[in-house]
Formats: sequence, structure tokens, C-alpha cells
Amino acid sequence: MPETPPPFDPDTYAAVAAPLLGLAIDPAWVLPITLNLRALASAAELVAGFPLPDEVEAAPRFEA
Amino acid sequence: MSAPTPSDAATIAAAITQGRSTARATVAATLERIAGIDGRVGAFTDVLPERALARAEALDAALARGEPAGPLAGVPFAVKNLIDVTGLPTRAGSKINRDRPPAARDGAVVRRLEAAGAILVGALNMGEYAYDFTGENVHDGDAHNPHALDHMTGGSSGGSGAAVAAGLVPLTLGSDTNGSIRVPAAFCGCFGMKPTYGRISRAGSFPFVGSLDHLGPMARSVADLALAYDAMQGPDPDDPVATTRAPEPAYPGLETGIGGLRIAVAGGYFARNGHPEAFAAVARVAEALGASRTVELPEAQRARAAAYLITAAEGATLHLDRLRTRPQDFDPAVRDRLIAGAMIPAPFVERAQRFRRWYRDAVLDLFGGVDVILAPATPCRAPKGGLTHFVLDGVTLPIRANIGVFTQPISFIGLPVVAVPVRIDAGLPLGVQVIAAPWREDLALRVARQLERDGICTAPVAEIA
Repeated sequence: MPETPPPFDPDTYAAVAAPLLGLAIDPAWVLPITLNLRALASAAELVAGFPLPDEVEAAPRFEA
Repeated sequence: MSAPTPSDAATIAAAITQGRSTARATVAATLERIAGIDGRVGAFTDVLPERALARAEALDAALARGEPAGPLAGVPFAVKNLIDVTGLPTRAGSKINRDRPPAARDGAVVRRLEAAGAILVGALNMGEYAYDFTGENVHDGDAHNPHALDHMTGGSSGGSGAAVAAGLVPLTLGSDTNGSIRVPAAFCGCFGMKPTYGRISRAGSFPFVGSLDHLGPMARSVADLALAYDAMQGPDPDDPVATTRAPEPAYPGLETGIGGLRIAVAGGYFARNGHPEAFAAVARVAEALGASRTVELPEAQRARAAAYLITAAEGATLHLDRLRTRPQDFDPAVRDRLIAGAMIPAPFVERAQRFRRWYRDAVLDLFGGVDVILAPATPCRAPKGGLTHFVLDGVTLPIRANIGVFTQPISFIGLPVVAVPVRIDAGLPLGVQVIAAPWREDLALRVARQLERDGICTAPVAEIA
């Protein structure tokens, strides 16, 4: 396993993920979708950079 | 008998209750004003004259029989078109939802306002599926800012802000997932309230992000916000996150003042990445309240990022079937964000929800030492319609994604907020968030009322060019 993961490639990712989700993507939509994916990846990286204790549970609650 | 439109809701209700006007005259004048002005504003997508006049006549008849009037007797109101209105398909700003069957029942908030005497006159324009901060809509046409028709209303409750600012109705309802009440309140120069998450039932409204969705009122006075808020409170088993707390009316204590309240200004993240006038508005409010202390909401930038991830993922999940079958019928700007949101790996979202728990606890600790926090509502005044980018602190950024930079970290943990309008010069208005601890809407409303009483925050009807 490499020490650092390869850089995120949103074009390849979107092309692979779309069929899994049952989505047909028009070629004209690819650029805005991948720009959004880059923004989401940056947000995820920012959130992941905060050290959370393992005991912190997710916020949504289900009450039976 | 003259109708007092446009006036505020409390004045209208008093006039009707005391026999100085009638509900029918008020509603008729309201319909006439909408017909005369809304073609330029674009606030309404549906106007309901038959329903409104019938209800007004019924109310007048009840008053003539000596039956008690509600606190909103005869007050015309309108709702963002994601709230169910009997007989209308709940379009939620979309083309696709127009194929839904007409709603068989009004949304819970409509029923509660009408139980207090208010009269629904129509449904209001909004950004598609509420995934919007601009007030622009490719299907219905854009809502226009009544204070400058070539500028944005803000969104996604753009029609709700525009209708109030234009004096078409004194009271509207909007929804707020990441700022969609507070942003149009700021841009349109009116008061807006996002209650605590779970305080007001969302039953009978089309969702966007269940984890973050709120409903709330917009008006030109704080008293009107409080009257509407009080009328809509209460448990509702039809909304899975509605509180079981008993209603806690805010109107009776509205004139209590701010004595003893610890009020601070949000620093750090909330003091950068905006135009100078956004911070000048906060300074004006802080000075009026004697608030010299600064507090820092910890990790607010991460909170915004986490809200962004949860919004994209939950919104995409809601719309996935429609993205599969009718992608061409979405607003392209909404569709592309939703498709990207559908592709977010699950661990990113789970991490964001876990961070949300941490952030909630950290901010609640902060409220141990402060009662109310002030922050900008938006980083700028209303941009011109059609603009796609603006400059914040020297960086060019997309408008749609960044108008909510100061609202998202607050709604992320469901804090109650009253957005108050501030005019620091002759230009377009700005907004300031008056933020309180969960379930303390009363404090935010009291502070807003003090600012209104002192003339710091006013919401005059716009003069439509």
C-alpha cells in the first residue's frame, strides 16, 4: 500500500460512480459535476483534518 | 371602510378585531396590490383569490356573531411554494414537481396560522428544491429585490422576502436549511426568524435536507415574527423531529428589554471573508446594544464544510430517482450539484455528522457564558441579478456557494436566529444574525425588538420603481 494515496481524479471517479448510481451523465455536465466534486473533496478533507474522539457519535438521533 | 394595507400584521389584526376594518376589505386590498405590483417583483407563483375571500368573509361573519378572533385575525399571508396548499401541486420551485397531484391538505404551519385567524393568499417563488441562495428560478422567473429590482432577493426563500419587502403581504413563511430565510431577509431588508431545529413542524412541506431543514416566518416587524412564531409552535407527530416541548410563547415577553443579557459579537471566522459594510452593520448593532465583548465559535469553517457535505449528500439522496429519470428537467446549476452530491463516499458524510455532534457540544459550552451572539447574515449586500461570482477578501468565488458563508455554521446545529435588517447608508440593506442558545428564541426576539424600538433596525416597505 502506498504511503500517500494518489491524487483525486474527479473525472475518472465520476465516470465510474455514475453507472453504480444509475445515472447517465451528458458530456456537457461533466465539467460542472467534477468542479463540484473537487469542492466536496476539499470540504471533506477539511472536516477529516479535525481529530475526533472515537466516542463521538453521529448527530442524527432515532427515537423509537 | 378603508383597508390598512400595506401595514404590519399586528396593526391589521387590531383594526379588524376592533371593527375599524374588515377581513374582506383587507384581503381585497391585498389582492389588488399583488395584481398591481407583483408583475415587477415576481414574488408569487400562485394567488388564491377565491379561497382568501371566502375565508375573509367567514371570519367577518364570525366576528359579527361575537366569536373570539385570533391574534392574527384577518392577516393576509403567503408561503414558500414548498409548503403544501390544498389544491396545488407542491412544486418546491421545480418543474418536475408540477406533475405531483394537488395537495389534499394544507401544511401544518398553514393550518396553525389560519387557526390564529390569518388568511392564506398565495404561494411564493423560490430557488429550485431550496438548493439556492440567490432567489433565481429558471422555471418561474427570478424574484426581484423590491429595493432594487435588478438585484437578487437572496434565496432560497426569495419570494418570501420580496413579498414582505414590497408590502404585498405583511407575513410570509420560508424554509431555512443553510440560510434560506436569513439571506433573503438580509437582502430584502426585512426581519426573518429561523427557530430552533425541531421547534416548528415541517409536516406537509417538501423536504430538502431533513437533518437541517427548518420553517420560519418573515415580516416587517418583530412583533409580527413573534405572533406568527407563537401561533406555529407545538408538538406534531407528523414531523419526526418536531419537539415534544410545550409551546413557549415569546410575544408576551417581547417588551422585556435586554437588561441582564450577555451579548457578544462573533469574531474570528465571522469577522473576515466579507465586505466591510457587512461588518459595519454588525458593529452598528453591537454598539446600540452595548456589546463590546467578542467570542469565537470554535471550528466554524469546518462546521460550514460539514454542513455543505451533509446538504449535498442528503439532498442528492432525496432526488436520486429524479436525477435518474428526468435530469434534463432540473435547473442545471441544481442538477450538477446534486449529481456530485450523490457520489460523496459515505465516510465523508458520517464524519461530518460526527463532527456536528462535537461542534454542537462546543458551541453549547460557549453559551454557558453568553446569551446572545451577533454575526453578519451575509458577506455582502444583494448582488445584481445574474451575477455568478463575487470577490471576498481578494478572492473571486462563486456566489451561489458562498452567500451562506455566515449562516451555515449556525443552522448546522439548529440554533435559533432572528435576522434583523440594518441600513448603514442609503444603499441596499444588510442583515445581522441575532443568535441564541437552543430553545431561547425569546432572547433573540427580545434583542431584535430592542433594536427595532431604538430605530437601529427598520423594515420599511420598498418603493417599487
